[in-house]
Amino acid sequence: MTAPKVLGGFVVNGERHQTAFQPHRTLLEVLREDLDLTGTKHGCELGECGACTVLVDGTPVLSCLVLALEAQGKDVTTIEGLADGPDLHPLQDFFAELGASQCGYCSAGFMLAAKKLLEDNPDPTRDEIRRALSGNICRCTGYIKIFEAVELAARRLRGEDATPSREALHGQ
Amino acid sequence: MGSDGTSGADRPEGKHMHAVDPATLQVIGKPWRKVDARSRVTGQTRFADDLKLPRMLFCKLLRSTVAHARIVSVDTSAAEALPGVHAVLRGEELPNTFGILPVSQDEHTLCYDKVRFIGDPVVAIAAVDEDTAWDACRLVKVEYEKLDVVTDVFEAAKQEDNRIHDYGRGGNLHRQEHLEFGDMDAGFAESDLVREDVFFFEGNTHLPMEEHSTLAFRDPDGKVTVMSSTQTPHYLHKALSKVLVDHVPAHKIRVIACPNGGGFGGKSDPFNHEIAAAALSIKTGRPVKITLTREEVFQTHRGRHPVLMKSRIGVTKTGRIKALDFETHLDGGAYGSYGTASTFYTGALQTVTYPVENYHFRGARWFTNKAPCGPKRGHGTPQPRFGLEVQLDKIAVELGINPAVLRRQNLVDAHSLTANWMRIGSMGLGTCIDKVVEGSGFLERWGKQPYGKGIGIACSSYLSGAGLPIYWNAMPHSGVQLKLDRSGLVTVFCGSTDIGQGSNSILAYIVAEVFGLEPQDLRIVTSDTDLTPVDLGSYSSRVTVMTGNAALQAAERAREMIVGPVADKLEVPKGRLTFAGGRVFDCEDPERGMSFAEAVQIAEAKLGTLGTTGSYRPPRAAARFKGGGVGPSPSYSYTAAIVEVDVDPETGIYKVPKIWVAHDIGRALNPALVVGQVEGSVYMGLGEAMMEEMSYRGNRFGVHKIPSMLEYKTPTSMEMPEVVTWIVEDPDPNGPFGAKEAGQGPLLPIMPAVANAVYDAVGVRVDEVPVTPEKVFDAMQKKARGQEGRYGPNELPSIEWPEPRRVRTPWQGGTGVEVEREATEARS
Amino acid sequence: MLRLPRFTYHRPTSAAEAVKIAADHGPASQYVAGGTDLYPNMKRRVQTPTEVIALSGCADLVGVSGSAAEGITVGAMTTLTSLEKDPALQAAHPALVHAASVISTPLLRNMGTIGGNLLLDTRCNYYDQSHEWRESISFCMKCSGDTCWVAPSSPRCWAVQSSDTVPLLCAVGAEVSLIGPEGERRIPVADLYQDDGIAFTTKKPGELLTHLHLPAVDGTWRASYRKLRRRDTFDFPVLGIGAWLRFDGDVCTAAEIRIGGAGSYAIPATKTAELLIGEKLVAGDAAAEERITAAAQEAFKPTRAMDNTDHFASWRKKMAPVFVARALRDCLG
Repeated sequence: MTAPKVLGGFVVNGERHQTAFQPHRTLLEVLREDLDLTGTKHGCELGECGACTVLVDGTPVLSCLVLALEAQGKDVTTIEGLADGPDLHPLQDFFAELGASQCGYCSAGFMLAAKKLLEDNPDPTRDEIRRALSGNICRCTGYIKIFEAVELAARRLRGEDATPSREALHGQ
Repeated sequence: MGSDGTSGADRPEGKHMHAVDPATLQVIGKPWRKVDARSRVTGQTRFADDLKLPRMLFCKLLRSTVAHARIVSVDTSAAEALPGVHAVLRGEELPNTFGILPVSQDEHTLCYDKVRFIGDPVVAIAAVDEDTAWDACRLVKVEYEKLDVVTDVFEAAKQEDNRIHDYGRGGNLHRQEHLEFGDMDAGFAESDLVREDVFFFEGNTHLPMEEHSTLAFRDPDGKVTVMSSTQTPHYLHKALSKVLVDHVPAHKIRVIACPNGGGFGGKSDPFNHEIAAAALSIKTGRPVKITLTREEVFQTHRGRHPVLMKSRIGVTKTGRIKALDFETHLDGGAYGSYGTASTFYTGALQTVTYPVENYHFRGARWFTNKAPCGPKRGHGTPQPRFGLEVQLDKIAVELGINPAVLRRQNLVDAHSLTANWMRIGSMGLGTCIDKVVEGSGFLERWGKQPYGKGIGIACSSYLSGAGLPIYWNAMPHSGVQLKLDRSGLVTVFCGSTDIGQGSNSILAYIVAEVFGLEPQDLRIVTSDTDLTPVDLGSYSSRVTVMTGNAALQAAERAREMIVGPVADKLEVPKGRLTFAGGRVFDCEDPERGMSFAEAVQIAEAKLGTLGTTGSYRPPRAAARFKGGGVGPSPSYSYTAAIVEVDVDPETGIYKVPKIWVAHDIGRALNPALVVGQVEGSVYMGLGEAMMEEMSYRGNRFGVHKIPSMLEYKTPTSMEMPEVVTWIVEDPDPNGPFGAKEAGQGPLLPIMPAVANAVYDAVGVRVDEVPVTPEKVFDAMQKKARGQEGRYGPNELPSIEWPEPRRVRTPWQGGTGVEVEREATEARS
Repeated sequence: MLRLPRFTYHRPTSAAEAVKIAADHGPASQYVAGGTDLYPNMKRRVQTPTEVIALSGCADLVGVSGSAAEGITVGAMTTLTSLEKDPALQAAHPALVHAASVISTPLLRNMGTIGGNLLLDTRCNYYDQSHEWRESISFCMKCSGDTCWVAPSSPRCWAVQSSDTVPLLCAVGAEVSLIGPEGERRIPVADLYQDDGIAFTTKKPGELLTHLHLPAVDGTWRASYRKLRRRDTFDFPVLGIGAWLRFDGDVCTAAEIRIGGAGSYAIPATKTAELLIGEKLVAGDAAAEERITAAAQEAFKPTRAMDNTDHFASWRKKMAPVFVARALRDCLG
């Protein structure tokens, strides 16, 4: 049985897209399978891991539990839209610098959740970062490098000096 | 042959040390970004499920819903008739068995005679989309004749006639190993204190964020390509070659390991779904992709074995171990997997931290009707390490010695042999202990804090790669090819697989160091069995040492090729040429030189197309007895960790605010990557310590209790403590630039350190992992009632053991072989 | 990848329109608010509506109105994040804001709604599983089967009340509005539920929960929510204590304690409440401490922890008095 497709339109990373899909398709599936934006990952498809986090109208949500139809007419930001052309977003830059992205599978979700945090709160404490990222699971890093990368990105976005500590890169 | 006249594989240990002058290193030891960092942070890394090909079909596996049964019949007719279904694959179509170890080739791609756990695949279906494939699976009718379910080691021992496999050591005993080193009676007789403890380490799983995925396709010329999230493309290639032998010869199978979205050992076996996708691509002539669901990832498993163990230990008043008698029972699950190695590993590394004068090991692995266990980060060694380190903590308390001091004063010597013939190289554990003890104030705090506050210490060691390959052969474990282009580009080809640990970067750092280039200048081509020389895989912490040595050899050979022609051209003695900053020049007259690209061109003009190879095989082990193949390694890393806990005495709930960890890495090729591996290991260890467990319901048909990201509990950003990390550098002669492993060792001390800290906080012992609040609470309640404040197991399955293989220790004058063989060897 | 089953999608723009669509399609239809409960259930095939009525377009279901003194009303489609960040609610109903803030994760709270949380399906380790998993146990009573696997001899289903806001809202005496084919009604939150793992609400077929009405804040009462779970995020409560005390001066004049996460509804700790009424309860006072501890002991008996959630059931039950006592202490001035 194949349900008839419907035509959906979204703005993804600033670009208008129109594509046809079946009503039961999630935003995750349409982004990855129809729009080839495979930077958005999946680790459970049940809202239990955070790997599929995207921004819908600026708010981080789990694309595995959003129908593509529900995103119609909305502004969707994926990891592919985080960098400004060839220039990495400060979050990306510091995730790369510190090794906050080991296998990289969860990174998109973390960075998009962090982007919203830094918009709402440009100078978050470590505890606020923990809370904001508490819907994303990482199995490689132990989170510490992620926290540090978000702190450094926040500093740079505030226009302050953002140099990783010696301990972060070398240990004590 | 190498330029020094030796073959690569036999190159003497320590040879590379001449290249190391820490003062002049330009690349090694610096916190470079990973070469693929940009790709990983921009979403451009293409994991297996990100791949898509025209006309691609989707595969689903129908898996067994019963834990143990004979298959009476499988009716796939309705599924085949469903529109959109292109092919249905049945078990009998692929009768050849496979398995990671030659001694346990016990898996079928799809079961057709018997299923052995819930999740065992029975039918594979390829259809136009995943929805249709799922629907088709629901139309398959499988008739099972149910058999009793074996859910743990006690049941396995009891249900002797209800055999899960018809091979092994009889009944449901898969392996049974018995080794004795030295004189146990004498050892115990010389001991001032003897104690016996029983421990249990519950199984847990890797839980990589990426669910396994495979895309297989048949080229127009009949070759088959399999792109997969695997840590071991070479072993997958071997399994595919064996199972598909009637369909495609080995040389026409190409395996490409995609970057792994986390592995931790969980993608180290060849898997049913990989072979099924390949077979279906042959059957349909179309690309076929399969991506597992999270639940299927739990079923695929191959994670940490549940291990029940008993340790009897005899020590002197100073804590020196005179005798250690260790017995382990591994709950192996439904298949062999790496289980033979796992069994030996539960006995191999007890001796490499503190000297054990006499050692006796018995290990049994049992088949049960659960997802098969295998290697997870630390493979088989975290469980006994937990037992040993908790037991030492108890001994410290009994002897009235601070547990850090007890460990510090009883360390194995660097460059020594252990009772079981493990050859220790560099050994920085003493420094590691000093760092964490000083950093945490352990000596001032242990035993002296208010009730509820605790601090605990534990140490560990791990291999830098296994001394032997998984199948016996005399070939290198790791190979690297270099191609030097006229543009100045150096391309590094290697069969290794980057699972996030940064193995691609390690190749770049080493080669860049030799050529005076920047890591990002190189191109790294890895994990493609058609294009890259074999590396055995990303397992057992072998990659830095083995691919690193191979890369170093290849690079030094290439450098040697360039040096001659360039020296001639510049009219400078060869020995004065320096490679640095992208140039080759006279170190006494730096102006006299040329760009690296020009140097390559001059060499190519003289010698023809430039390329070299390098390879690595670990040194021969000192352990030559049967069973001595597991444990030897080119080098051992060392870790010390201290954990702080706050226990709520009213509930047993505890928090871990801070961990101090020091890791002896030999040399950090990139300290940032080492810190990342240490923090990641600490995190994963903390998960095992506090909450992670593969729980099954033995009384409910053997279902996995919680196969989901939500209910299989792992630490989140909220639980992760502050971690203070020290990198201790004590270069090892066998490592490239002295490097040892970092990816697994730092996990090991965390579990015992947590249990020891809980004891320090509230005076109760949880002799079991995970140390959950309910267990702490239970032990506290028992203590309050005047009983022993302990939660843990009390007994092991009682079984007959064969006679041990007896080996004399080095200090008894042994030679590393069994006593019986010593005589034979002496005669010959 | 785990995917949704096929369905037809409706997107009404008002509550009335939604109710009409539901009436037209009957039991084959289901409302979806944030989707964070329904879609996972659909992916696992424990709920399989063929008509999905999305409420996201119903502007009349969103927002916070009213005043603390008169009583605040929250639209059912208000997200948990909006609720948590609403200044009026933060000032007037800190316990509710706290309860909302400990639900699952920030990402799920951006999607999940208060209406959805009130109607969160009861949960069970034998039910919240895939189709294939449930086939292994021949399904369970709550979906497609006959047996309650937590208690196989039981004639009823023991799925667990798992919403964080419900025990608190029952305790504070909040109310909800529903509209349905038979018109509108407003009932106490406590009356929305019944002690059954399957038919856990009294919501009639086709009825739509539209608003939550919070009680007026007059300074005479204080409330608290205490949650027991493995991790400080993601996890559902394995105990969720809602406590509410009304005072006349230092004397407790009314009390309501509800134990969530330990039965199919938020169980009233009646005996505990009775022991507190008429007592002088002042923070830091040793006699009050003793009274609270003694009263909280009575929460042990009604707590029905069974082996269908995280943690040992026996420990969860033993933790009930501890967490009840803590919630009660929170309520002291």
